[in-house]
Amino acid sequence: METKYFKSLEEIKLDTRQKDNVPAGDKQFILEMQEEVKQATTASRRDFLKVFGFTVASAAIASSCEQPVRKAIPFLVQPEEMIPGKANYYASTFFDGVDYCPVLVKVRDGRPIKIEGNKLSSMTQGATNARTQASVLGLYDDARYKNPSLKGTGISWEEADKQIVEQLEAVKAKGGKIVILSTTVISPSTKAAISKFLEAYPGEHVQYDVLSSSAMREANQMNFGEAFIPSYNFGKADLIVSFDADFLGSWLSPIEFTKQYSKNRKLTDGQRKMSRHIHFEGNLSVTGSNADKRIQLRPSREKATIASLLIQLRSLNGESVASSVNVSADIKALAEELNNNKGTSLVVAGSNDVDTQLMVNAINQLLGNYGSTIRTDVHLKLRQGDDKAMAKLIDEMNKGQVDALFAWDVNPLYDYPEAAKFNAGLAKVGLKVAMPVYRDETASAFDFICPDNHYLESWNDAEAKTGYFTLAQPAIRPIFTTRAAQESFLKWAGHETDFRTFVQKNWEENIYSQSESFENFTAFWNHKLHDGVYESGASENAVSAFDPTPSMNALGNVKESSSDGIELVVYANVGVGTGKQANNPWLQELPDPISKACWDNYVSISPKLADELGLEDEDIVKVGETGPLPVLIQPGQEYKTIAVALGYGRSNAGVPANGVGQNAFPLIAMSNGHKQFTIADVSLTKLDGTYPVARTQTHHSMEGREIIRETTLESYLENPESGNEVREEIKKHLKTLYPKREFDGFHWGMAIDLSSCTGCNACVVACSAENNVPVVGKEQVRKAREMHWIRIDRYYTGDVDNPEIVRQPVMCQHCDNAPCENVCPVAATTHSNEGLNQMAYNRCIGTRYCNNNCPYKVRRFNFFDYNGADAMKGNLKDPAEMATSLRRLVLNPDVTVRAKGVIEKCSFCVQRIQEKKLVAKTENRQLVDGEVVPACAQACPAEAIVFGNLNDPNSKVSKYFASERNYHLLEELHTLPSVGYLTKVKNTTV
Amino acid sequence: MYVSPIREPLIRGEKTYSQVTKDILAPMAGKPSKFWYMGITLAGIALLFGAWATYQTVYYGIGTWGLNKTVGWGWGITNFVWWVGIGHAGTFISAILLLFRQKWRTSINRSAEAMTLIAIACAGFFPLIHMGRLLLGFFIFPYPNTRALWVNFNSPLLWDVFAISTYFAVSLVFWYVGLVPDLGTVRDKAKGKIRKAIYGFLSFGWTGSAKHWSRHETISLILAGLAAPLVLSVHTIVSFDFATSVIPGWHTTIFPPYFVSGAVFSGFAMVLTLLIVARKALNLEEYITVNHIESMNKVIILTGSIVGIAYITEFFIAWYSGVEYEQYAFINRATGPYAWAYWIMMTCNVVTPQLFWFKKIRTSLVATFIISIFVNIGMWFERFVIVVTSLHRDFLPSSWTMYKPSLVEVGLYVGTFGLFFTLFLLFIRVFPVIAIAEVKSVLKSSGENQKHAHHE
Repeated sequence: METKYFKSLEEIKLDTRQKDNVPAGDKQFILEMQEEVKQATTASRRDFLKVFGFTVASAAIASSCEQPVRKAIPFLVQPEEMIPGKANYYASTFFDGVDYCPVLVKVRDGRPIKIEGNKLSSMTQGATNARTQASVLGLYDDARYKNPSLKGTGISWEEADKQIVEQLEAVKAKGGKIVILSTTVISPSTKAAISKFLEAYPGEHVQYDVLSSSAMREANQMNFGEAFIPSYNFGKADLIVSFDADFLGSWLSPIEFTKQYSKNRKLTDGQRKMSRHIHFEGNLSVTGSNADKRIQLRPSREKATIASLLIQLRSLNGESVASSVNVSADIKALAEELNNNKGTSLVVAGSNDVDTQLMVNAINQLLGNYGSTIRTDVHLKLRQGDDKAMAKLIDEMNKGQVDALFAWDVNPLYDYPEAAKFNAGLAKVGLKVAMPVYRDETASAFDFICPDNHYLESWNDAEAKTGYFTLAQPAIRPIFTTRAAQESFLKWAGHETDFRTFVQKNWEENIYSQSESFENFTAFWNHKLHDGVYESGASENAVSAFDPTPSMNALGNVKESSSDGIELVVYANVGVGTGKQANNPWLQELPDPISKACWDNYVSISPKLADELGLEDEDIVKVGETGPLPVLIQPGQEYKTIAVALGYGRSNAGVPANGVGQNAFPLIAMSNGHKQFTIADVSLTKLDGTYPVARTQTHHSMEGREIIRETTLESYLENPESGNEVREEIKKHLKTLYPKREFDGFHWGMAIDLSSCTGCNACVVACSAENNVPVVGKEQVRKAREMHWIRIDRYYTGDVDNPEIVRQPVMCQHCDNAPCENVCPVAATTHSNEGLNQMAYNRCIGTRYCNNNCPYKVRRFNFFDYNGADAMKGNLKDPAEMATSLRRLVLNPDVTVRAKGVIEKCSFCVQRIQEKKLVAKTENRQLVDGEVVPACAQACPAEAIVFGNLNDPNSKVSKYFASERNYHLLEELHTLPSVGYLTKVKNTTV
Repeated sequence: MYVSPIREPLIRGEKTYSQVTKDILAPMAGKPSKFWYMGITLAGIALLFGAWATYQTVYYGIGTWGLNKTVGWGWGITNFVWWVGIGHAGTFISAILLLFRQKWRTSINRSAEAMTLIAIACAGFFPLIHMGRLLLGFFIFPYPNTRALWVNFNSPLLWDVFAISTYFAVSLVFWYVGLVPDLGTVRDKAKGKIRKAIYGFLSFGWTGSAKHWSRHETISLILAGLAAPLVLSVHTIVSFDFATSVIPGWHTTIFPPYFVSGAVFSGFAMVLTLLIVARKALNLEEYITVNHIESMNKVIILTGSIVGIAYITEFFIAWYSGVEYEQYAFINRATGPYAWAYWIMMTCNVVTPQLFWFKKIRTSLVATFIISIFVNIGMWFERFVIVVTSLHRDFLPSSWTMYKPSLVEVGLYVGTFGLFFTLFLLFIRVFPVIAIAEVKSVLKSSGENQKHAHHE
């Protein structure tokens, strides 16, 4: 018998089993297999570690709450000039019928994400305002009409064109009336396009201004023989007298005016004089709050006051007038002062009343201001609407005389005072075509909706003032199936040309001829398109002949008002304005510079009147038939003058505008054919209940603290340190055991001239746009959780009935001895070697200790997931719909979007610093002073904010810091802030 | 050891050693009473409320609280400091009084220590839940990582982490070491195999040999030595959260002693609140006597008076400093919109404890119970006043706001009560509420029968 050797018991077992069913040849294989199985089940230590590591890692990944990286697909073919991660800038022009601003559009990876002012424009010199800054978000408004439609059903452009042309032909055939109703058109090419259309289809072009200046145009027609608005120069005026003209906020061209105004009031760079600004008004406006002397004046008394000023001035100049109007002592003094500033003064009135404007014209004429501070040969073209023409159109519509109406970018069903009448007339119009940019109340009542492009999607040009041309170019292809309105008009008129070619041709034919320094038109065009600006040179400043007779007639008509009722002022605030951009979350959350309220309009009422009527903050009332509106007691309001902001109460604009506030347009009255924004004798009815108003500041007194330091021009000239004397005292007490921290290279600092800041809020919106600051909605603002990185504190001083207003922009002070830094347990906020106080959002665990310990309270906590940066499903808190996939396109990819539970704050726009440093490095040079500009400083129309390197003694910011006016907020705490403030100087010397 | 015959006996009733064991183990035996079930049900409901509030906070964010841009800490940190304060009595009684050879502590130290541990657990919950990103809360520990991130040792919040965890750890060990001989007793008396096995394990094989006793005594003394300074340091460090800041009303050098005495003050009050009920419910009146209550009331007068002086000193210093922000902060406390909270604090903490100067009041159970609750309320308001009224109006009036807690914050606070009572009710069922061995050690010298024997 064969001796059998075996290796293991298994082998024997197998052997026995094999006898039955396993073929012999596989024995070895099976043994190997069994061994393998054994090894696999009894995992080695190494295997264990592998598995353990994998498990822990996957558990960590699965449980961590970081958002997964989303798809990022590179271009297959790289578009020219587009480098991922690098922004391109395109010069363009913003004009929406209200605000005009030449801009640069910052485009990142094909998306416009930020608007900046165009410095090449001599009108605005790089200035912007809040609405211009916010306009980029309107591009991504999901409520916009996305394609042409007929009676609510979407149709193609071909279909729309076919049907509209058919109907137009029919109207033309029967000789019917065709009307284009638009906002003021300042674009020469658009005007040419419209006239091409009107050539093909004879008709009329009616321009309609929401904030109308038609009375001024009419007055000038009477005085100068031409209906126009002159060009003002607040920078040349040493004495500015304004009768309720809110020229820093809403009157005509506030961006331009703010620039001029603030330049003439700066006491930096050796300037030792500043203009003096006297302001008469009933409602407390932004402009009034900046005045050196603000005089409360009931709107109904305004005319008589201006008349008395004119009379007094005339008598000073030896021309007497017989009139029943009394001249008060104040006016006598004012007339004296004006008379001493002949040719260097400026008197303006905001009233839309012809007689008032005629008298103001006479005053300016008497003072010789025409030709110096006011130019009649350069016309400001931003308001060309005629209220009478609009009224006539509505009459004609109601009589059934209008057969075709093209409503382009106007919203009369919302913002015309007699919207019902317009609506009634509209029913009698045959062909109704709306060409809106944004969703609005009017378009939905029209048969055809042929949506216009957003301005960032369009070619255009503009002539804001005679000879001041700007170009607009698209920064993105139309997001929706929209088409430029001009292109539509041309197409319907039978011109198959795109508007770009049309503009170019128009410039070649009509504008290029004015310029000779270019070899051909292409060179000229390319250059101007690059700059965005073309100014065809100064004319000789010819003053038109002035006919004083109408003014004298107007003066003769003036009677003393005996009105004793409550008077109403309706006004456009700096945020929502006329409501055109109401569906813009940034503007809705923008706190009003006076009341610090947002997300609503309200009735501003003087403390005395509130007391008399038994009204308290947040009580609800009805003004005439408008309401319910909450009451907001506003110190500084004239005793019996109440005010309501326009632009709210939109019903068809989208989220967030719908249902916010009440529409105040119906309160506007017509007088002599002109819209009146002040209304005498309104009824104020108290209703039951209260309504919460969201305000970002609820305490209004400085409590005697040295927070905002101010002085008068007189004291300043005597002692530049005046108002700031306490600083020397504080500096004496600053002692420390620790060595002063030195910064090699850069030490970033910011200086803010409190004299310049007008409170316009452009910086706030610019900061939100640049730094992806979330919009939190009314309820959260009510809970004091707004997220703005920069805020403008506003305090009242003096008498509660007629207080003075001081304000101070506050952002992170980037303290070199920062109280926030040492308390963070995880070192999420640290100091950079360039003096920046930095936040590492990823490291922040949200203890909020830094926020508590910040004496300036500039840190903001993400109480909820405001923007979808958090991975937990369903916890998004986004009432303003800022986190929709469309609106998210406005996010700046250079700035992290912060998740729920982390602290954020001003970074001095560190992304801009880094960018410019890199540019300088690649060009192998030093950074130049003024090269790095944070968003707030860039947006500021008053150049109140200066940023730079404190280590460079020649930098502008160092010079500001060296000024006797400079102080640091709460310097006594030895936080060593990198932000300095220059004392506010008021020109209250007579 | 000789004890003066005129001293009141620490244990009433003529107890024998076996009687002591029987009395103290009685609450652990048999089925729990109706009241126990009622208690744990109520506590459970409170705990569920807290669980809901926790979910809301973690899922939706701190926005579910009433905090805002100016007031970054509210009820959360108020509760934290309050619970930490309450967690001071136990270790104070067992460690410091042990070092001072205060025999009367033997009847109360076990339950006071248990209360301490539970209170610290409740306290520890708040710094965690108040984080905006709780899931990343581990960042607070200095653990090695590839990103070379390290914690900030300058931050008082980090000191808190170490102070509280050290205190909790030492208190837990100290408490457990004290439990070991008693667990041996419980094991010996236990019926049923499982029970015997569990207590057998927990008692670490305690046999009661002289060697065991010697080691036990030594380790107890060492731990007492370790724990005693911790009692003082924990609340000192908690007070640094405020004292090292720049906020007027927080930036105060008096805070460490003031906080420690306040903590002992509130801790003793809480022990009294609990024990006055427990001694009755568990039939332990002969062990926890009026004498114990009175002794504790004396500590309350002392610490309460220190706290009162501290309040007044703060005002004096605010005036004396000449700093307008500091002065305003204190005027605002007493007369501002939160003045009601300030005056509740003053009444409860400064006025009511002074009633204990009257022997009649400090030996009255009812009065003591009421005043102890007043002190608990007052001490909660003290923290509220410090946290909220200092923050809501600090330097720049533009940022001044008001703060109002939300339902979620209330839920978290109520939830910690649920946790506290759930754990305490479980504690009285599974561990002897009085240190049997320690009571026995004083029975001979301070028991009532011994005193009688002496007299006769």
